[in-house]
Amino acid sequence: MNRILMTVALAGLLGACSGGVKEDGAPVEDRKPDAVQQAPMRSTPPRAVPSAPTVRSIESSVSTRNPLKDPGNILSKRSVYFDYDSMTVKDEFKPLVSAHAKYLTTNRGHKIVIQGNADERGSREYNLALGQRRADSVKKMLLLLGVGDSQIETISFGEEKPRAKGADEGSYAENRRSDIVYDSE
Amino acid sequence: MLALLLGVRPVLAALTIEIIGGGEKQIPVAIAPLSGEVRLPHRISEIVAADLTRSGLFRMIDPGGIAPPLDPSAIRYGDWTSRGAEALVIGAVQLRSDGRFDVRFRLMDTLKRQQLAGFSYTITAVQTRHTAHRIADVVHEKLLGIEGAFATRITYVVKRGSRFELQIADADGFGPQTVLASNEPIISPAWSPEGDRLAYVSFEQRKPVIYVQSLATGKRRVLANFRGSNSSPAWSPDGRRLAVVLTLDGSSQIYLINADGSGVARLTDSANIDTEPNFSPDGQSMIFTSDRGGSPQVYRVPVAGGAVERLTFEGNYNVSPRYSPDGKSFVFVQRSGGRFNLMLHEIATRQVIPLTDGAVDESPSFAPNGRMILYASKMGGHGILAAVSNDGHIKQRLTVEAGDVREPAWGPMQKGL
Repeated sequence: MNRILMTVALAGLLGACSGGVKEDGAPVEDRKPDAVQQAPMRSTPPRAVPSAPTVRSIESSVSTRNPLKDPGNILSKRSVYFDYDSMTVKDEFKPLVSAHAKYLTTNRGHKIVIQGNADERGSREYNLALGQRRADSVKKMLLLLGVGDSQIETISFGEEKPRAKGADEGSYAENRRSDIVYDSE
Repeated sequence: MLALLLGVRPVLAALTIEIIGGGEKQIPVAIAPLSGEVRLPHRISEIVAADLTRSGLFRMIDPGGIAPPLDPSAIRYGDWTSRGAEALVIGAVQLRSDGRFDVRFRLMDTLKRQQLAGFSYTITAVQTRHTAHRIADVVHEKLLGIEGAFATRITYVVKRGSRFELQIADADGFGPQTVLASNEPIISPAWSPEGDRLAYVSFEQRKPVIYVQSLATGKRRVLANFRGSNSSPAWSPDGRRLAVVLTLDGSSQIYLINADGSGVARLTDSANIDTEPNFSPDGQSMIFTSDRGGSPQVYRVPVAGGAVERLTFEGNYNVSPRYSPDGKSFVFVQRSGGRFNLMLHEIATRQVIPLTDGAVDESPSFAPNGRMILYASKMGGHGILAAVSNDGHIKQRLTVEAGDVREPAWGPMQKGL
């Protein structure tokens, strides 16, 4: 009994700590353990009850993994990165954008917000506009691929919510990006 | 989760202001203790002396225990000139029968042996600091010929960890109050011309939204939450409209909107970025940042609409323009050699003079007398505020403990008590 209580308390403590860290910078990529994710149910061997009929749970035969959250699926990748002073979507990100376009044209009820970001150098308001432009670049490509305008909102965080907090080129590069966020998230 | 805090005095440390560069010629002035000033919660003479010292334009002469007479005809000017004082402030505080206080002061020219100014105020104790600042303003004006800006307030954003607070404080850093506390960023605060409201951009709705908040009541309304991003609010001089940057029609463009959120009208019309609008003091012109020419530069357009004119031509990054209160110049930020510095552009002569030499100076804001410019900078990796005189000679640094300060804006003159 005591051991269970301690475990619970420790989990509570960890939860509290990680809660604070999660709020900082509020990264878009959902790195938290996903409560929504539908993991396939594992069948558990029933306890042997003598002289009682054996009962087994029946697992759904079709995997119901959400492709948007499946790490094996390109749709779980949401970030498009940009070069300094650039708003062009580089070739290496076109498969990602195409995949999301395909998903959105197949699932017309879904909407996304594209969040644009900028590195911290320079005016905050101009960086807000640069982030917006990066979000719009991704949107333009999605529109060309058939996604509806009403399915997409573009907004900017400018330099205000950096994923990488350093003042070096690596951090700057990490922050020059657009993130695709689905309405269900 | 958000909290709106009204008039709260937090336990957080006040803003600390230090002078790190003074003017060449400083006027020596003695601020004698006002008789009876201990009756008030703060010593007026000390606040006046601190204000004048902080301006970098005055040198305090120690009054050295001389109790000056209240009757100016009894002043022994020799006592003061022998100490090097060219001007002297004397005064008195008296408790009235109605519980308020009468504060009287005189500013004397010790060389010419005549009075330069004399005022009296009837105040409550809570108005002590403001009264002292107004006295300092009078001294500044009479001795320098330039209105003082000591009786003003500033606003800025403090970031501590993942917590953001929009605060206002007296221009000397005293008495910070939290206007908005949030777990999401707050940027671009802007004072209404009367100093009664703040417009700002908050990310609490997971996108940039412009709010206008009353400082007296703490009540606020959404000014602009259109599709996309809403940012960069700038008040018209009559306080009835704001210029804002919206993205509802595509790229970041400048719009005009009534202070109640009605009547959105597009002002700029480019397919590029137009942002950071700023009204001229006469309300006729708007300067702004645009990259329509391929790189961000400062442009001007008539508020009523018309031809857009480019104003900056040096280098490939000129942003954040702000008119001086007399409309004759504007401060802006220039990137050069990877460093971001404040520059002053004189409109008539097109002369540009550098004001600062930090590495990442940004967000300039003029004091309402046009003399000092408040801005954001970095020191030791922390965000600090700094101020520089419009000739670049006098420098101040403003810091908070254990936090980053950014996004300053200097409030208007506070005339009435």
